[in-house]
Amino acid sequence: MKSFTYERANSPAEAAAAVARVSGAKFIAGGTNLLDLMKLEIETPTHLIDINGLALDKIETTPEGGLRIGALVRNTDLAANQRVRRDYGLLSRALLAGASGQLRNKATTAGNLLQRTRCPYFYDTNQPCNKRKPGSGCAAIGGFSRSHAVMGVSDACIASHPSDMAVAMLVLEAEVETVKPDGSKRSIPIAELHRLPGDTPQTETTLMPGELIVAVTLPKPIGGKHIYHKVRDRASYAFALISVGAIVQQDGTGRVALGGVAHKPWRIEAAEAELPNGAKAVTAKLLAGAKTTHQNAFKVSLVERTLAAVLDEARN
Amino acid sequence: MLIGAVATTATAAAPSVASAQTPRAATAAKPAAASKVSFTVNGQVRSLDVDTRTTLLDALREHLHLSGTKKGCDHGQCGACTVIVDGRRINACLTLAVMHEGDRITTIEGLGTSVNLHPMQAAFIKHDGYQCGYCTPGQICSAVAVLDEVNAGIPSHVSTDLLSSPEATAAELRERMSGNICRCGAYSNIIDAMTEVAGRKV
Repeated sequence: MKSFTYERANSPAEAAAAVARVSGAKFIAGGTNLLDLMKLEIETPTHLIDINGLALDKIETTPEGGLRIGALVRNTDLAANQRVRRDYGLLSRALLAGASGQLRNKATTAGNLLQRTRCPYFYDTNQPCNKRKPGSGCAAIGGFSRSHAVMGVSDACIASHPSDMAVAMLVLEAEVETVKPDGSKRSIPIAELHRLPGDTPQTETTLMPGELIVAVTLPKPIGGKHIYHKVRDRASYAFALISVGAIVQQDGTGRVALGGVAHKPWRIEAAEAELPNGAKAVTAKLLAGAKTTHQNAFKVSLVERTLAAVLDEARN
Repeated sequence: MLIGAVATTATAAAPSVASAQTPRAATAAKPAAASKVSFTVNGQVRSLDVDTRTTLLDALREHLHLSGTKKGCDHGQCGACTVIVDGRRINACLTLAVMHEGDRITTIEGLGTSVNLHPMQAAFIKHDGYQCGYCTPGQICSAVAVLDEVNAGIPSHVSTDLLSSPEATAAELRERMSGNICRCGAYSNIIDAMTEVAGRKV
């Protein structure tokens, strides 16, 4: 691990300004992803700003009847929150499908959104990776690509986004509240937070340097059946090959998003009009133009079959 | 100055702030890359001077010589380093010592002693919940916290109903212990030990 200096932030605006001011500075919250990457020297911050003391750990009801989730709410606490379990069950289910109990106790809401890909070539510093070292190439293309993206891929990167929680947040149409280095605030729809890789896979979100997520807000609940199905290589504590998050209403309409298929959680609203027509019709729209490798082509049929199981569960 | 004191970070390249990557960061880096931290370990207040890179795991093992907590993968994948911080189990390898100012930390040494075993330790012995023993301190710390999580009503991936209170069934315990790997494969005996401590029929 490279040497770094450390300070505890006193306010979100101060923390944002400090990260923007000091070259090589980063926020640290749960640290479960960042420290893993620092040990491998994939992340080499020169200065860490610990934001754990910023009191961003509350879950509050909004005037609109939704929920405002502080950026530092731990994954365990969010999954176990009574209102989340009752009104946003999809979010609890997605959180509980991810990581281990130890990691969920530490990992935060904002950190979960900003976690980095688990592409094995991103992790292997002996391999080219445009995300880790821009311009060095992509070893996953033509390499071991079983876990990789099939939608929105580019010639520079086929990494997939690892978060389960973000899939649920996308279906729930969450908004991400931030503070910028100049102290101003903005709200970003979750669908606009993550980027596709394009020519710059190292830039994963639309946040500006130093911009700090302070909360994630959920609109008022929309009812329906909340289902999250994750398909992985072992029954627990593994990243998704693919996952399906859905809210299905009694009349068969609803919303659906996918994990494990793109550089960001994947939702195509036009596909949702097909929900009453079944999994095949929805998948055709969700994964139209899929660009697969010979190792991950199975994801297209796996999505269709998993979605069929989800719709079946929603009916019964 | 402090680097040599931490065996596991001593191999890292940069000995001081002067070698930080950009001149700008070096200027901004006023306090050296070392820090004081104070926390309570197994009921005792401990104050340390540590290189900022020191994980909680290395602070426990290398500074405080509490070698019960084990280093397995050092990447949060195996659970051998599980300790209980402010009542919650975490991976001590994926957190920095300096992030734990004022925290209450319980390691395997704080749960029980050889003459006064914690009920979970006694149950692991009774049910043969280990073979080589390397993962055992992490398994036991995790197991103790898992039963607290079940009692606190925290649901899991295998809970059929999010709104009712979970029970310490074998399926629940297996799912909740998935962050603790045992390469000897003592899993079924660990579940038996936990089941007994939970007050259910083994």
